[in-house]
Amino acid sequence: MAVAVRVIPCLDVDEGRVVKGVNFTDLVDAGDPVELARLYNGEGADELTFLDVTASSGDRETTYEVVRRTADQVFIPLTVGGGVRSTDDVDRLLRAGADKVSLNTAAVARPELLETASRRFGAQCVVLSVDARRVPEGGEPTASGFEVTTHGGRKGTGICAVGWAERAENLGVGEILLNSMDADGTKEGFDLEMIRAVRAAVRVPLIASGGAGDKHHFAPAVHAGADAVLAASVFHFGQLTIADVKDAMRAEGITVR
Amino acid sequence: MARVVVLDYGSGNLRSAERALEHAGARVEVTSDHQRAFEADGLVVPGVGAFSACMRGLLEVGGDKVVDRRLNERRPVLGICVGMQILFERGVEHGVEAEGLGRWPGTVERLRSQPLPHMGWNTVSAPGDSALFAGFPPETRFYFVHSFAARDWPDAAPGPEGGEPPRLIRAEHGDSFLAAVEDGVLTATQFHPEKSGEAGIGLLRNWLGTL
Repeated sequence: MAVAVRVIPCLDVDEGRVVKGVNFTDLVDAGDPVELARLYNGEGADELTFLDVTASSGDRETTYEVVRRTADQVFIPLTVGGGVRSTDDVDRLLRAGADKVSLNTAAVARPELLETASRRFGAQCVVLSVDARRVPEGGEPTASGFEVTTHGGRKGTGICAVGWAERAENLGVGEILLNSMDADGTKEGFDLEMIRAVRAAVRVPLIASGGAGDKHHFAPAVHAGADAVLAASVFHFGQLTIADVKDAMRAEGITVR
Repeated sequence: MARVVVLDYGSGNLRSAERALEHAGARVEVTSDHQRAFEADGLVVPGVGAFSACMRGLLEVGGDKVVDRRLNERRPVLGICVGMQILFERGVEHGVEAEGLGRWPGTVERLRSQPLPHMGWNTVSAPGDSALFAGFPPETRFYFVHSFAARDWPDAAPGPEGGEPPRLIRAEHGDSFLAAVEDGVLTATQFHPEKSGEAGIGLLRNWLGTL
């Protein structure tokens, strides 16, 4: 038997409330991350990811509280990302009950942060989140044709996305969350070419994200090399359940829990 | 209600272990206090990160002595993840060898398969008389996250704590490794029961039932 491909719902959390989606009529409070976490756990989610989109760092205390409350009640792995700038931020999230912390913009600015965090807390809890896109016309070409973006995909960096993933692996990250900014929001499927390119370069587990719009979109991402698949809106708007996605993957011969 | 101490030596997601054990029906205290840890019905030794760092942390709080004292008086201990690994004789990471507690024979080494870490939900093969896995169908999955494990249990070695052969529970990620060991009062899992959803809670309940 082999390890199962993970299906991971991602919740955007702003000042302790879930934003975007929340199309659940059977929940008392669909804006409560803990209620949603419990619902997804019940549906068979293999992990949960919270993306903290709180703009002001002064309001992050609410995020820690949400992480605490979730970890107290839902006994599956929880990854938290968004606005993580230092190893102290990582430490606080882990202490609150997060199992893994994902780093993005701060790691681009200071790659050594990945190494420090990995040494201090272990590779298993450090996730590199890569927001990548095809280099737009007129942009600085990269070796892979994909570049890393920051600020939610709005700012190109000219850094090769594949090279960056490779470097992050060497710095000690335990997992890579690859989010296609081209596919994100299109609902036309994952960026398979990007998944293949990164898969060929790294050995750590790879989570594919961005573009899921249909239950049949997930198996191709796995066949392209993803070890886990992450989606947000298809789950939040009630368009698909975790079980729908797993059934469709199982029908394609993929091992799921 | 079983009283359990989760040993606090600066390693592992202590909060999750505490809450999951509570959920499984235990009264839980997270502490490094020797007397409390000795007196509890069960002691849980968690652990994440590097083998050598965990050993260092454990020795700093005298956790080795607590484990020894409990096992000498046949009081149950449960190791989780690196808390399992350090029960073996040694760990080898990046060519550097670190000494473990030596309760069990063998070496903890890097797995040979990819991707690493072995991260996610996997099945295990438990013998029918297992106390820990009683009631679980074979397709039950538990959450693993690790790159290192004990692969072999030297054939000649008896179960030091049980006086009878230990139950070896294996899992596969490319190659086969020890996912859990039940050796009398000394039990350990390479996976994280506290992160394995209902299956994990059920497994902890099984362990509490042996106390």
